[in-house]
Amino acid sequence: MNELIIAFVIGIGFGFALEQAGFSSSRKLAGMFYGYDTTVLKVFFTAAIVALIGSQILSYFGLLNLNLVFVNEYYVSAAIIGGIIMGAGFIMGGFCPGTGVSALSIGKIDALFYVLGGLAGAFLFAETYPLIQPLAEANYRGPVKINDVLGLSPGVFTLLMIIAAILMFWLAEFAEKKFSRPDITNDI
Amino acid sequence: MKSKYMNPYLAGTLLGLVLLCAMVFSGRGLGASGGLKYCVVSIVGAIDKSHADHSVYYSKYFENGEKPLFNWLSLIIFGVLAGGFISGAFSGRLKWKVEKGPNISNTKRLIFAFIGGMFFVYGAQLARGCTSGAALSGMAVLSVAGFVTMMAIFGSAYLFAWFFRKNWL
Repeated sequence: MNELIIAFVIGIGFGFALEQAGFSSSRKLAGMFYGYDTTVLKVFFTAAIVALIGSQILSYFGLLNLNLVFVNEYYVSAAIIGGIIMGAGFIMGGFCPGTGVSALSIGKIDALFYVLGGLAGAFLFAETYPLIQPLAEANYRGPVKINDVLGLSPGVFTLLMIIAAILMFWLAEFAEKKFSRPDITNDI
Repeated sequence: MKSKYMNPYLAGTLLGLVLLCAMVFSGRGLGASGGLKYCVVSIVGAIDKSHADHSVYYSKYFENGEKPLFNWLSLIIFGVLAGGFISGAFSGRLKWKVEKGPNISNTKRLIFAFIGGMFFVYGAQLARGCTSGAALSGMAVLSVAGFVTMMAIFGSAYLFAWFFRKNWL
């Protein structure tokens, strides 16, 4: 029971952060793919880096055992094909599941239809599971970590990722000027 | 230019701290598509329990009398609804609205929204996570799966962006 209260509180923080970032607006999210608004990239990489650095600091002081934190299992085909299907859904619907639920909470009707579609998608997956199971389980590699593949320590990889993120942020600011659409950005 | 939203780097830091809390308290990251799946599993279980019991897919969620609606991932979804609402109320953004570009009708936009949601969550079930569970949380634990899923999602959206530009531009 306690665990469920923690989940609910974490969910509140999650939904609050997404909505404050402007991810409750489908046109703001879609801006990422036309260049007029790159908030998605900025928020996404900042969040990943904060969690990466934070977890390594907590682990250094013995406050978090990183060996107990779940590392996503790498199923090569499923990750790539699933990702491609998700990208198509992103540009058609304008949300990903988390941002869709957060947009629904402030009354976006397009988000309501998106979330209903999402429920339909989960239902469809469950009903077609016997057909899709071989693909879902193909080319299993285990919970591989990217720094191990590259032969780097987590700290060095994090540093490289921070440098890459700063370059991307700089590029993103540049793109927002080049592809600027004040008619859209003033509207959202 | 004045923006009514939070500075993206600040919002990203906030989101990163929420993710860090999830890692500390649950030993795993955030997730959104998983919660939607648990909602569907519990609806199917309520409507047709024998179908759920006989399906390889659904039956594993009802083992040992478990209730899929009262689970870590579904509670996160209910939290997101509450947290989004609090944020919207706080910033004066609570409003019924269909958001779209000027070159598409409301009906078409809503149909695309439905299909988009269907694609996204289907793909997320296949890839074992969406932008939050696979891409963001995956990258935060340096999993190759996280980086590959992230690149596949964004690469694919860029690839298809031209075809769906009327939804937004």
